[in-house]
Amino acid sequence: MRVALFITCFNDTLFPDVGIATTRLLERLGHTVQFPQAQTCCGQMHYNTGYQRESIPLVRHFVEVFGDAEVVVAPSASCVGMVRELYPKAAALSGDERLITAVRDLVPRVDELGEFLVKRTGIVDVGAYFPHRVTYHATCHSLRVLHVGDIPWRLLQAVKGIDLVELPNVRECCGFGGTFAVKNADTSVAMLGDKVRSVLDTGAEVVCAADTSCLMHIGGGLHRLRAGVRTIHLAEILANTEED
Amino acid sequence: MVAPAHVGPLPAFPEAAKTALADTQLRRNLAKATTTIRSKRGNVVGELPDWEELRAAGAAIKADVMRHLDRYLLQLEESVIHAGGQVHWARDAVEANAIITGLVQAAGAERVVKVKSLTTDEIGLNAALRRAGITAVETDLAELIIQLADESSSHILVPAIHKNRSEIRDLFRRTIARDEDLSDEPQQLTAAARRYLRAQFLAAEVAISGANFGVAETGTVAVVESEGNGRMCLTLPRTLITVMGIEKIIPTFQDFEVFLQLLPRSSTGERMNPYTSLWTGVTPGDGPQTFHLVLLDNGRTQVLADEVGRQALHCIRCSACLNICPVYSRTGGHAYGSVYPGPIGAILTPQLVGIERAKTLPYASSLCGACYEVCPVKINIPDVLLHLRGQITAHAGALNPEAIVMRQLAAIFASPKRYERAQKLGRQGQRVFMHDGVIDHLPGMLAGWTHARDLQALPNQTFREWWRQRQRENERASEGGREKEIG
Repeated sequence: MRVALFITCFNDTLFPDVGIATTRLLERLGHTVQFPQAQTCCGQMHYNTGYQRESIPLVRHFVEVFGDAEVVVAPSASCVGMVRELYPKAAALSGDERLITAVRDLVPRVDELGEFLVKRTGIVDVGAYFPHRVTYHATCHSLRVLHVGDIPWRLLQAVKGIDLVELPNVRECCGFGGTFAVKNADTSVAMLGDKVRSVLDTGAEVVCAADTSCLMHIGGGLHRLRAGVRTIHLAEILANTEED
Repeated sequence: MVAPAHVGPLPAFPEAAKTALADTQLRRNLAKATTTIRSKRGNVVGELPDWEELRAAGAAIKADVMRHLDRYLLQLEESVIHAGGQVHWARDAVEANAIITGLVQAAGAERVVKVKSLTTDEIGLNAALRRAGITAVETDLAELIIQLADESSSHILVPAIHKNRSEIRDLFRRTIARDEDLSDEPQQLTAAARRYLRAQFLAAEVAISGANFGVAETGTVAVVESEGNGRMCLTLPRTLITVMGIEKIIPTFQDFEVFLQLLPRSSTGERMNPYTSLWTGVTPGDGPQTFHLVLLDNGRTQVLADEVGRQALHCIRCSACLNICPVYSRTGGHAYGSVYPGPIGAILTPQLVGIERAKTLPYASSLCGACYEVCPVKINIPDVLLHLRGQITAHAGALNPEAIVMRQLAAIFASPKRYERAQKLGRQGQRVFMHDGVIDHLPGMLAGWTHARDLQALPNQTFREWWRQRQRENERASEGGREKEIG
């Protein structure tokens, strides 16, 4: 398929390796990856912090950039969640009928990476190799906005050489929550503390998730503690092969 | 406490939470209690194959009630009067307290027994009665505990969730069981409370209750409880006064079919609660001979006027959202500064007391969505939180520093050129805050992050720069290939 990569501003700026891995993975699977360079940010931070009106120009921009794509794929459950759940609401708020229609038309073509692989193209074993002990954190937006269910878990199970261990309390939030992490820093850190404890209990050397924002949070705690556990996006594991 | 007498802002959540988070005993008590109830709930909900249909039915009934509340309220009044009860309308807490105080005084009582009721906590009834020289005795075990400790509830259903049994033993020894040799065994603690309460039930002339449901069709009022203290209050005294928020209506008796399945499983994690008391007006020679129903507005019609926010009125006070909430289960209820804590409190309190008085509550959530997932009447709490955040930023005005930053960021994101320039500036600017490749201290509000967490530094190349570099290399390679072919 011709895939328009929505890298997300977060990955673009902070975690380019996630984008590189996503590109290599999709190309390895025979897809043509395009990267519309006018893309910026989906507007989630604005919308979720209460600046819904300020997010409308970003919604409009996204629709202009990706409107013609056959399918849009993003390595972020959270940003895809923004598009799928909240773009229709932002468009309605704008009162602009053309934007409402454009959003309604685009939303079914926007996939989170795991959804694209398993649901849209029906592939579970992507031929990856990753000989490490890995635990998987199911992010809130993967679970409760996109409802991806066990898709990421199945993708990971199919990876050769992986030692996959279940994370205790896997459904619980890590405490990131966007601006919540600074507005309610103490509560956020209390949540993070328990997540870090769960991670350490697994004995894993790698924590993996479908969102770098949650991983940046968990990783920020692990790094501060010098815990010796690193965070990796799902795409980076799936992109890795025996040749690498 | 949610009462119009308090006109100042509620305590700010982040600061109140900070105190609670540092209390290790509280953390331990909360974690144990919420985890236990959570797993019990999960088990009994999992037993029902039609749970999702039940939730949808509960949501639909409540939506209908809100749409036609005017009609249902008048129908309820008519039904209650027809069954021999009396109905009083209270616009706010002050009116409600005056009505109830007057009714107790008219009955000639100086002491009343109470069934656990959030609504009476909301209006500050006990304090109002005290001012009139009337003693209100809480009869629910946990309510009694916090009344004796002179504290406020920290959980809708388990008000003393913040206390463990040795703390309760110490409290009882100071209050209702002074000369008793009391251990911290739950049986002994319960027995001490029972001895004290039995005497109260037998002596009381007037009881005050809340209501879980009021049936418009029949005038029947229902209280759902676990300890039997409610049954005592609702049957022994001669006069019964029930305070009910106007949103607690259900249209027909048949609707119990839905709600009496949803409520116990969601709240205590039981298939059925031990005591469900239903009464319709008065029955000569049986139970209270005078029944007063006080219908309370206290901000509810204001909530009803907001089409998005109104779903907060669907709440049946099960507390499933509290128990599942990663914020509540760490901070406990007091940090929310209201009788309605947790996720439901974060959307209900600001709407009841006015958003400008509770500006931090809609932000007391990571938007993880667990509350919405468990809500038995499908209140989309995250959606209402966002809606209220929108009202807060609008209220804060264009000149508040956060709004200025947000507008600047929006302008940057709206233009790919400005966005790329900002990426480059960020890469240069971050050096001041970097240490061994990570950012470990940030100024201002962002310091909240780096107090306890490191931050990934911006790498030397953005994804888009990598993409362009790869494109250039590919082009060069294909040009090189062509040259070779030609050569």
